[in-house]
Amino acid sequence: MSTASVPLPAWINYGAIPLLNLILAFFFSGLVVWAIGENPLEALNFLIQGALGRGDAIGFTLFYATSFIFTGLSVAVAFHAGLFNIGSEGQAYVGGLGAALVALSLDHYVPWYVTMPFAIVGAALFGAAWAFIPAWLQAKRGSHIVITTIMFNFIGAALMVYLLVNVFIVPGKMAPETRTFLPGGQLPKLDWLMALFGLKLGPAPFNVSFIIALVMCYLVWLLIWRTKLGYEMRTLGISPTAAVYAGIPYVRTVIIAMLISGGLAGMMSLNAVMGASARLQVEFVAGAGFVGIAVSLMGRSHPVGIILAALLFGILYQGGADLSFEMPNITRDMIVVIQGLVIFFAGALEYMLRPGMVRLYQTATGK
Amino acid sequence: MEYFDTFVSILGSAIRLSIPLLFTALAGLFSERAGIFDIGLEGKMLASAFAAACVAYWTGNAWAGLGAGIMVSIIFSLLHGFASITNRGNQIVSGVALNFIAAGLTIVLGTAWFNQGGRTGQVPAEGRFSGIILPGADMMRDVPIIGPLYANVISGNNILTYIAFLMVPISWWVLYRTRFGLRLRAVGENPGAVDTAGVSVVWLRYRALIVTGFLAGFAGTYLSIAQSAAFINNMSAGKGYIALAALIFAKWKPVPVMFACLLFGFLDAFANFMQGKSLPMIGEVPVQIFQALPYILTCVLLAGFIGVARPPKAGGVAYTKER
Repeated sequence: MSTASVPLPAWINYGAIPLLNLILAFFFSGLVVWAIGENPLEALNFLIQGALGRGDAIGFTLFYATSFIFTGLSVAVAFHAGLFNIGSEGQAYVGGLGAALVALSLDHYVPWYVTMPFAIVGAALFGAAWAFIPAWLQAKRGSHIVITTIMFNFIGAALMVYLLVNVFIVPGKMAPETRTFLPGGQLPKLDWLMALFGLKLGPAPFNVSFIIALVMCYLVWLLIWRTKLGYEMRTLGISPTAAVYAGIPYVRTVIIAMLISGGLAGMMSLNAVMGASARLQVEFVAGAGFVGIAVSLMGRSHPVGIILAALLFGILYQGGADLSFEMPNITRDMIVVIQGLVIFFAGALEYMLRPGMVRLYQTATGK
Repeated sequence: MEYFDTFVSILGSAIRLSIPLLFTALAGLFSERAGIFDIGLEGKMLASAFAAACVAYWTGNAWAGLGAGIMVSIIFSLLHGFASITNRGNQIVSGVALNFIAAGLTIVLGTAWFNQGGRTGQVPAEGRFSGIILPGADMMRDVPIIGPLYANVISGNNILTYIAFLMVPISWWVLYRTRFGLRLRAVGENPGAVDTAGVSVVWLRYRALIVTGFLAGFAGTYLSIAQSAAFINNMSAGKGYIALAALIFAKWKPVPVMFACLLFGFLDAFANFMQGKSLPMIGEVPVQIFQALPYILTCVLLAGFIGVARPPKAGGVAYTKER
């Protein structure tokens, strides 16, 4: 008998199966560590110590998690509408341009809390703009959004390098980056928040964007589950034909979903550009857009799940950096392997364990 | 005459740059025509480049390197099949995951084995595919027009280059003139019909993916032990995606795939040539324009402004036999 249609309780669907997938991913990561002649358990210990052991380590972990919350939300919103946005990477990159333009033009005149709302809007607008053409092509021309967003990642990267090398570069400097923003164009660190827990932030760039990210989580939850637009998006995601039959405008919903998705991706730049480096740099996104795919998949496209998954990847990124100091044989790129395995098991193989779980569940409940 | 020499040298480098694209795009052709999206071409190329460089370094045999490249690429293909055919997972997600695994694993293993920050050791000359001088190339060199073209563009390439161009008619023949090809195209359009005819959709798609892995293995091998003499971090550098773009640009047909790859290879070569030079009337053209051009062209094509690109109908959808 086919097991695909047997309903399972939520704690298995959203708890047990993702957890088992995660364990599988870590098991295979451990095998890789073992294969290059290191002790996986020791490596895991270094990783956790490096991510959560000290105040500044926690600060870095939360800093990475902030970026991943934004990109995870970005992928999730599109996913609810049945769209696979691989372009969060490029949208975040171009979003950085919006944030930087606001910071560069306001930082001489106003304090950061005046700059911040404009920067949020700027980053979101530029990110959304970069999602618009793929969205329009999908909605009007039927071009596959996965392909067009991949193409736009590369076009965006070329555009940004051009702008940084030829337009924004500080005369006389070699590095293709903008000038450093004054404090009026920076987002302050959250050292007071860490101090509440008796921790010292140190050099970690954990900043106000974290709070913006949490607010966005709430707003996305409201949008998806509490508004008409969210309902329309979810309907479209489950069955486009049913949605169109029910009178939900396809073109409008696809484009709006992608604009929101692009906007959220763009906001990731607040964290990296205004919160950490205080300048726009080449390749500042550094794969956060792709991590967003893993985060969204692991978090089952729910804001709470996304926060948890973003924390997990924050731990991996920060802990992985520390691990490569402790065990020089393991490079930072081990994180990329783990990330790939997590996407593989939690995403591509998400149904692998289901038939087994259904059988177990049926035996256990005596059905 | 000077202009002509420059043109010939650009053309020669265009050919060299388009070979990995050609292998990869033909690889993608087989999986996509069978209804399996393959975003993971980039990862296959990278993984096979690494495997080929390692084995060629250890054995000093280029053919052993090629074999290893093909093997690893097929393993990645089968993993993609396991996720997207057997477990009906999302094909895009699986491809993205395998790209990450390849990108990370090559560096992690490379650093652990060779201690050169992700580079493999320098592959000795006999472990590489080096250029073959075709008969009469030196004699022909002085003949105007045809001479330099023959000597610098057609001759002097390595064996993989000639295999790549040979793969184009072979792919066409397999897809359009064999039973396997007919069924493969059918399974990409209407798997239900193929299943009704008593042919296993699953096995057919697996075979298509094995062909994909086979061809992508050549691409990676070309990068690491024909074009260069070692594996370098992230050496595929997005070529897998350009190949995917070329495949779409060619509307999923083998012969147009060749021309699309040559075009994108030419753009790449031209960009290298134009670096720091300025055109009369226009001034210096930013090199980024040439880098972005393949992607822009593909998007314009997808928008339906250059004919209609119709993807295989069942692409991206896992086949479910019974409900």
